[in-house]
Amino acid sequence: MDPVVGGKQLKLTRHQKEKLLTVFTTFFKIGLFTFGGGYAMIPLIEYEIVERHHWIESKDILDIFAIAEATPGVIAVNTATFVGYKVAGFWGSLLATLGVVIPSLTIISLIALFFQEFQSLEWVGYAFKGVRAGVVVLILGAVVKMAQKGEYTPLTVLILILTFGLASFTDINIIYLLLGGAVTGLIYQLGLNRKTLNSKKNEEDK
Amino acid sequence: MYLDLFITFFKIGLFTIGGGYAMIPLIQQEVVAHGWLTLLELTDFIAVAESTPGPFAVNIATFVGMEMGVLPGALLTTTAVVLPSFIIILFIAKVFTNFQQNKWVQGTLYGMRPVVIGLIAAAVWLLMSTGFIGEGVEIHSVGDFFAALQYLEIIIFVIGSFVYFRFKLHPIKLILISAALGMLFFGVLPMFF
Repeated sequence: MDPVVGGKQLKLTRHQKEKLLTVFTTFFKIGLFTFGGGYAMIPLIEYEIVERHHWIESKDILDIFAIAEATPGVIAVNTATFVGYKVAGFWGSLLATLGVVIPSLTIISLIALFFQEFQSLEWVGYAFKGVRAGVVVLILGAVVKMAQKGEYTPLTVLILILTFGLASFTDINIIYLLLGGAVTGLIYQLGLNRKTLNSKKNEEDK
Repeated sequence: MYLDLFITFFKIGLFTIGGGYAMIPLIQQEVVAHGWLTLLELTDFIAVAESTPGPFAVNIATFVGMEMGVLPGALLTTTAVVLPSFIIILFIAKVFTNFQQNKWVQGTLYGMRPVVIGLIAAAVWLLMSTGFIGEGVEIHSVGDFFAALQYLEIIIFVIGSFVYFRFKLHPIKLILISAALGMLFFGVLPMFF
């Protein structure tokens, strides 16, 4: 699927319009059905973007989540902007972002008007107790899926275990974990470069 | 006041990395210091935000905007909180395609991918340990542990896992099913027992 270069064409073709509409509705759905924010959105995003619409290849989705987490702002919005841009250029990113934000904007505006009443809705509370347990299932599914795609070397496994341990049992800010991973990856790459340089040198010496 | 709201939420959008609950401390500091919400109101709202869809930072921005300036206020704060990431990500998305194959970018991502998997796994652990064990219970023995377990939540988790993985359900269907189970277990069943 080739990305559409937005902005330069003033008139959109019918195909592009349809694509933009799909981008909007998809992210609207993602915004509407993810409770608990952040990580709870990952399973649905993965399902819609990779498996259903094939907008992003499954090997690239981890990179997008890494970028979304390492940059300021809300992960779901960041992912929406990024994927929207990849699919349909600037307009794609704008519509994806609007799509993911509009459901919360609408619902919270209504709730703000009836805040006291909303809090006392017992049955809403019961439903959400159930949803919270369901969300755990979803995120577990997302971990399993992503873990299947990961490439495993002693180094990546070590990073994974360390991250899990530190994020679960300490109050460390996750940005340090991401930074740590990035720096380790860079050093590893530096090592690889040295190796190839050395082997080239050895060949020349011979 | 509108300018103040805009600047504050722009700042919140710009300076919180990692999203979600990482944003709460800064939001709390800014919103309470400005006197827009009291600490108690904020805590109540966090509970509400957890049970409504959408990212937390967007929800709280909309809520404060509504409280302060009704609909124009809500639109203003929501735009402000989203704008910084929108601009930054747009820039990165533009550049990333050209640099994706660069070996330094690949090196960085090689180290960051396992971090992302580890973080999501930690989120599962956190949700399980807070959701399936009663709040504020001190556990000194195995008996305490079993007494503190939230069996109804665990049953919903098990049923949910079974139908989700066995029938490869769409995530939205699972959300709806678990909402129904929640009403059944916490609302309907106590009427009879």
